[in-house]
Amino acid sequence: MDTLVAQLQRQFRDYTISLYHQGFLDDQFTELKKLQDECSPDFVAEVVSLFFEDCEKLIGNMARALDQTGNVDFSLVGSSVHQLKGSSSSVGAKRVKGLCVTFKECCDSQSFEGCVRCLQQVDIEYKSLKAKLQDLFNLEQQIVQAGGRIPQVDI
Amino acid sequence: MALGDLSSSSSTSELHVLAVDDSIVDRKVIERLLRISACKVTTVESGTRALQYLGLDGDKGSSGLKDLKVNLIVTDYSMPGLTGYELLKKIKESSAFREIPVVIMSSENIQPRIEQCMTEGAEDFLLKPVKLADVKRLKELIMRGGEAEQEKTSNLISPKRILQNNIFFFIIFFIITITIIFIV
Repeated sequence: MDTLVAQLQRQFRDYTISLYHQGFLDDQFTELKKLQDECSPDFVAEVVSLFFEDCEKLIGNMARALDQTGNVDFSLVGSSVHQLKGSSSSVGAKRVKGLCVTFKECCDSQSFEGCVRCLQQVDIEYKSLKAKLQDLFNLEQQIVQAGGRIPQVDI
Repeated sequence: MALGDLSSSSSTSELHVLAVDDSIVDRKVIERLLRISACKVTTVESGTRALQYLGLDGDKGSSGLKDLKVNLIVTDYSMPGLTGYELLKKIKESSAFREIPVVIMSSENIQPRIEQCMTEGAEDFLLKPVKLADVKRLKELIMRGGEAEQEKTSNLISPKRILQNNIFFFIIFFIITITIIFIV
């Protein structure tokens, strides 16, 4: 009979692996975990939180720029996309980063429909990742509260 | 605190790094990467702020702002306003700061860009996202450069010391000789 801690640890391990396998996260996320220790126990959560705030801000900028019907400044949209691509790359948000690549191409080719579509997808994607990472952090908390240690997961 | 402790902290091998990046996410990450590699870190969000921090912005009053000598500057390439390349140029043009190694970071692997920065005097060019291994390697590179500097100066000092020691012995020898002559 598994203890609660063992069950939670297994759930955590499986969930983490699935996030990588489904392409939500890449090895830059693993690099961020290496930077977390007893001195900085919430480092990953803090960076990720900054990233999601950044997403909100940049997506807002893109939406406003695309809203200027007939007078869209694609280079402005492109520069926000470039910034989002950079920060998603820095946290290991693989799918968001991938969408930014496509989005940038739409900006470069000044495709309004393409940009609008990409904007919607990026918005959905970052919110989805935010929910999944919240679940992951909740699992970590439950493990710690149950007196266990967060397992090291090798991808 | 003993005097010995004070002298060891002045010759400490801790680097003070000035990190420049317009992305708040990247600033947080680079700061942690550097801190975990035992460096002191100051982060600024633009090239202009970096120049202000160094006291290079022409405003004489701001030169006293920094409390610690900067040993290394790490800057993003693509920034609004002053780019990392333009910041590099300004630093290399300044007599006070041209010796400080400058490292450029970029998410884009554009060969002409890399060459342009290296030609202008950049110490290294890091591809983002920056990893712990990159920072460790960079630190070793900078420290080795620093150790070479220290060895150079200590080599200059020891011959002088040897000469000083020799003069001391000559004086003693002379006094002894004179004393013997008097006795005899």
